[in-house]
Amino acid sequence: MLSFELLPDAIVLGILLGCFYAAVSIGLSVAFGLLDVPHVAHPAFLVLGSYGAYVLGQHEWDPLLSGLALMPAFFVLGIAVYRFYHETFERRGSEAGVRGLAFFFGIAFVIEVGLILVFGVDQRMVEASYIGSSLTIGEMRLPLRMLVAAAVAVVLTLALTAYLSRTFTGRAIRAVAQDEPALRLMGANPVRIKQWAFGIATAASALAGAMLIIVGPVEPSMDRVYIGRTFCIVVLAGLGSMTGTLAAGLILGISESIVLTLFGASWAPAVSFGLLLIVLGVRPQGLFGR
Amino acid sequence: MKRGGTAFWVGAVLAIALAVLAALGIQNEYYFFAGYVVLQFVVLATAWNILGGYAGYVNFGTGAFFGVGAYTSVVLIQALHAPLLVQIATAAVLSGLLGFGTGLLTLRLRGIFFSIATVAVAIIFETLIINWRYVGGATGVQLLRPPVIAPFDSYTKMLFVVMALLAVGAVAVARYIEASWIGRGLRAIRDSEVAAECNGVPTLRLKLFACTVSGALMGAAGAPLPMYMSFVEPASTFNLSYSVSALAMPIIGGTSHWLGPVIGAVLLGTVQQVVTVTISSELNVLVVGVLLVLFVVVAPGGILGLVAKLRSARSSARAPA
Repeated sequence: MLSFELLPDAIVLGILLGCFYAAVSIGLSVAFGLLDVPHVAHPAFLVLGSYGAYVLGQHEWDPLLSGLALMPAFFVLGIAVYRFYHETFERRGSEAGVRGLAFFFGIAFVIEVGLILVFGVDQRMVEASYIGSSLTIGEMRLPLRMLVAAAVAVVLTLALTAYLSRTFTGRAIRAVAQDEPALRLMGANPVRIKQWAFGIATAASALAGAMLIIVGPVEPSMDRVYIGRTFCIVVLAGLGSMTGTLAAGLILGISESIVLTLFGASWAPAVSFGLLLIVLGVRPQGLFGR
Repeated sequence: MKRGGTAFWVGAVLAIALAVLAALGIQNEYYFFAGYVVLQFVVLATAWNILGGYAGYVNFGTGAFFGVGAYTSVVLIQALHAPLLVQIATAAVLSGLLGFGTGLLTLRLRGIFFSIATVAVAIIFETLIINWRYVGGATGVQLLRPPVIAPFDSYTKMLFVVMALLAVGAVAVARYIEASWIGRGLRAIRDSEVAAECNGVPTLRLKLFACTVSGALMGAAGAPLPMYMSFVEPASTFNLSYSVSALAMPIIGGTSHWLGPVIGAVLLGTVQQVVTVTISSELNVLVVGVLLVLFVVVAPGGILGLVAKLRSARSSARAPA
């Protein structure tokens, strides 16, 4: 049953999978890691992005292009969601924790059921030249769709890292994460910076959602598994660390791929959640915690 | 307090008597089929509220405890043909233990981390069951109902009465916790955990207690499911919709009083049943989600909060100060 000779393949595939996981988590890394928003609806936004790519794909759009095209719309959506969240919960304090969490949980559920009502429960996929073919290096066959997803993921991570450390607004976002009152004293408006950052996080989810439907077929209830994967990565990374997110994604991707090869696909969903429980129990500040 | 206590028990006995009379008098099976689900949600919502409403720890993993309860019954039926009461008792004990374990592992975490950890517990148990052949794996398992016990003429009716007893029991437990020092401690934790700890509230012990009781009640609610459906499979048993409903109902009813989850569950559960029958089952889940978001945003105190607000507005209008 156990097939150890497949292990090298599993690790290489795991690395690609890991880059992809980092891409789907990077939005959450900003929204939850930096802004402390209990954004459990993040995976639902991912799936929403996938369906956006699917709809555009029906009109012969390349999924990658659709992902990029969806980013401005998602940016605006993110700003609207944060604005609403801030006005109704953050400003009122006290019980905001429970209610904010319930709010995002409800939003996730509404998106999921809305997608079921519009598209049905069937799996959807897109078509592109790089989906279905693969690159052969020696004995190893690398599916091209995974390569594309991994490449985009790395670019997205690097771009966000650069944005957060090099640009003025990016540094302001990190400042708001570190010390909000201090930023207020400097004369900046933390709410505007946070809403901008949340917009960026949501825009990143649009592109990541397009990756999701490139990597495999998508169904409305897919966000459930990704709650575990994305939060596992963000917590493992140490909240708000972008390069940490990439590293944590790789750890999860490789572990999942190995479990998949050795024990079968039905065990894979438990890997991320198990890893998450271990991290929360042993080292809640994550690997690269601040 | 004393007078309210008597009224509560009279109401509880009346509710059970009504359930038994209905089961003996009304012929149409469907009412009991639907009523069972509503009562099951009364138990789940009340159980959720013990940890979520009083202590402010949001449990997203109701499905895990419910599912463990249901699958405990499956194992007991497969292995021993155990009677229903044994199933419920064992399920309550096991899922209570699961609650205790989850609490030990996660209650040092606060806010969202606890919530995400409960999702993790749900998915891990679903994966375990999917990979466990003995209880049917992913395809599920078909079960035969034993002969019905007199005076009931159908098994569904009997289960309806059993669930009514469970619901009253769960509400009584919640009500006791709410009124006792445990409830005061839990509320202190919700308002400020650090302040509670500093004032000598044994926070971890109280949270563990709440987690165990909440888990045990959820498991007990799941235990009769295999007999109710005669068929169990993991995807629907561990379904997230149980978690959403168990969370939405107390929030819609009002989380600060034991009556809140009951109102929410009866109201929402009934609406769900009606929508499922008349329109579609997808739409009934959507109704829950939309109502949850609406109430969280517009009426944070739930229906009970709205009523209280209305009352105080009326009394201040009547007596101009």
